[in-house]
Amino acid sequence: MTDATAPLTTTDGRPLKAALAAAGARARRRALFLVLPLLIFVMITFVIPIGQMLHQSFYNPYFSRNAPNVAAWFAGNPVGTEPDEAAYAALAEDFRAMQAAKTAGEAATRVNYTLPETRSLITKTARNAGDLAPPYKEAFLAIDKKWADPAVWQAMRSSSTAYTSDFYLIAADFERAADGTVQKVPDKQRIYVKLFIKTFILSALITVICLLLAFPIAHLLATLPMAKANLLMILVLLPFWTSLLVRTTSWIVLLQQKGVVNETFVALGLVGDGNRLNLIYNQTGTIIVMTHILLPFMVLPLYSVMRVIPPSYARAARSLGATSWTTFRRIYLPQTLPGIGAGALLVFILAVGYYITPALVGGADGQLISNLIDFHMDKSNWSLAAALSALLLVGVLLLYWLYDRLVGIDKLKLG
Amino acid sequence: MALPTYADPLERAWHYAYLLICGLIFLFLIAPILVIIPLSFNAEPYFTFTEKMLTFDPEGYSLRWYDALVSVGMQAPDAETGWWADMWRNSTWVRAAKNSLIVGFWATILATVLGTLAALGLSRPEMPYRRVIMAVLISPMIVPIIIIATGLFFFYSNPCSILATSCGKLTSTYTGIVLAHATLGIPFVIITVTATLSGFDQSLIRAAASLGANPRTTFFKVVMPLILPGIISGALFAFVTSFDEVVAVLFIAAPDQQTIPRQMWNGIREQISPAILAVATILVVISIALLASVELLRRRSDRLRGVTGR
Repeated sequence: MTDATAPLTTTDGRPLKAALAAAGARARRRALFLVLPLLIFVMITFVIPIGQMLHQSFYNPYFSRNAPNVAAWFAGNPVGTEPDEAAYAALAEDFRAMQAAKTAGEAATRVNYTLPETRSLITKTARNAGDLAPPYKEAFLAIDKKWADPAVWQAMRSSSTAYTSDFYLIAADFERAADGTVQKVPDKQRIYVKLFIKTFILSALITVICLLLAFPIAHLLATLPMAKANLLMILVLLPFWTSLLVRTTSWIVLLQQKGVVNETFVALGLVGDGNRLNLIYNQTGTIIVMTHILLPFMVLPLYSVMRVIPPSYARAARSLGATSWTTFRRIYLPQTLPGIGAGALLVFILAVGYYITPALVGGADGQLISNLIDFHMDKSNWSLAAALSALLLVGVLLLYWLYDRLVGIDKLKLG
Repeated sequence: MALPTYADPLERAWHYAYLLICGLIFLFLIAPILVIIPLSFNAEPYFTFTEKMLTFDPEGYSLRWYDALVSVGMQAPDAETGWWADMWRNSTWVRAAKNSLIVGFWATILATVLGTLAALGLSRPEMPYRRVIMAVLISPMIVPIIIIATGLFFFYSNPCSILATSCGKLTSTYTGIVLAHATLGIPFVIITVTATLSGFDQSLIRAAASLGANPRTTFFKVVMPLILPGIISGALFAFVTSFDEVVAVLFIAAPDQQTIPRQMWNGIREQISPAILAVATILVVISIALLASVELLRRRSDRLRGVTGR
């Protein structure tokens, strides 16, 4: 008999508790060690690049670093101060430096983002920087009357710091008034919020259509015998494996004015030869093609949930007198909810950030927020593109977090 | 799904309507992919079935678009001698295919090796912070591609800027494209390999150890053969992801670094010609082959792991 109060030890005399803890720590380290190479890789090629891009959305030094003197004047005088002779003198100094270094263009571009149509004012003044002589205010006004406009000075003030919230204001359809207060832009110019809303509405619509199309076939696949179901499953998986560009191409071929669908409709006499349907290069095209591309992402989670629903529940309901509709509504549908949630969230997340399909078949009114980001990248308006990306990213990550909470990413299945 | 014998006429009618609806949805899924195959053999430069095609007149069909596909960019497409060498070196689409294959190959290797290692770690019960790490590793699949491409565009122009130094560029390099595509392929490898490992019987490892195998032998002789089908499916997914990726390439590659999707993208944006359908047909055939391999692998994996059915 051993003494019950003595601590348990391993054969080499260490306390068992400590030995177990050490072994557990070792096992954890070993597991982490296996993941570490990939984690570092993803950090470098994914997390850091996106972090840098986000940095661009509130960091734009192109005016502040080229106009240090006037930036110092702005820092020393509160918002709303009337620009005095010292301010104009500082600005003249900066303009002479910009002309010498040929950097007026990038500085002008930065101010232009905050107040459109100031680009030419700044480049013109920089070209004539040699004429600037005291008294500076009169010299500036001689070059252009706009220098007396307080809005121009306010735009320069908000450009005079490298870190700025201006681009988020623009992305949310706000602007700074001449006295520095934040206000909504006029109704007609509110494009960004509208496009965000449109992206969300179209994605929701596509998600609903996908659900309506996926539900019947997932149910059929789940109730058919395994051999037949596997065969039919190929029809779902083949689109999944086919190149996105191939699928987009075939839809263009099918849906265009002289395409297969229109030709068939004309041949059947459903539409006249003169008024063929416009099915592509517009919002309709975006919806049809994206539905086709995202449909498998809805079918697969629905199928995996429906397959394990025991058919005996429905039979029990029927034997207790429920009609087939009641059985479906009260017994079957509630059991498929996890699949509906998983599929709908996944399709919605993927749809919100979609780029390729709208770019190719969206025409003018079928563009989504991703396409606008691309547009601003193309125009080298990087800070605004980054601010729009940041807003989109926040939305997508929130949905992703929700997906992880409700479904769990480890439940994600591919085929 | 058989109709129960107690079904009334209304239910019977609904049942057949339901089957019809399902048939139409399957048609919606598959028809767009199949319809381009015959259209790519069109003898006319149209995107619809001509009279001759519908009556199966051989004159309505031709290989002209496949011919056009190969001869674009060739110096002497009609030459008798040196045709093959000319095609191999100069044909625009052949060069794009070579680039796609090279990029896809290296991206797949990178994604598969790193992804499999990580999946092995993630599947261990003692893995700390599993949920967060998994979420980070899967996120390249979830984050919109335009955001990833934009980030890479800034990052690649000076990869060392975060260390406040300069070390060349990754834009316009194949290395840059490979790294980007590997990142995009990683989630697929993680998902397939962890799915295979989820059914893995951990006692096999202890059995191997008790029989005297060291961890390396255990991995190569016991674990690896069992999860190999999952690894190969993951690799195929990663390859397809790279082979079909166009947005990152548009943002970070040089204009002369063409890949097949980029060529298609340009073709669709500028002037869509039936030659695109010929490429599309070839790609559909490839995806059928890939799907078949993955299906076979999945069945093999299920059998090896003793899982029956789906």
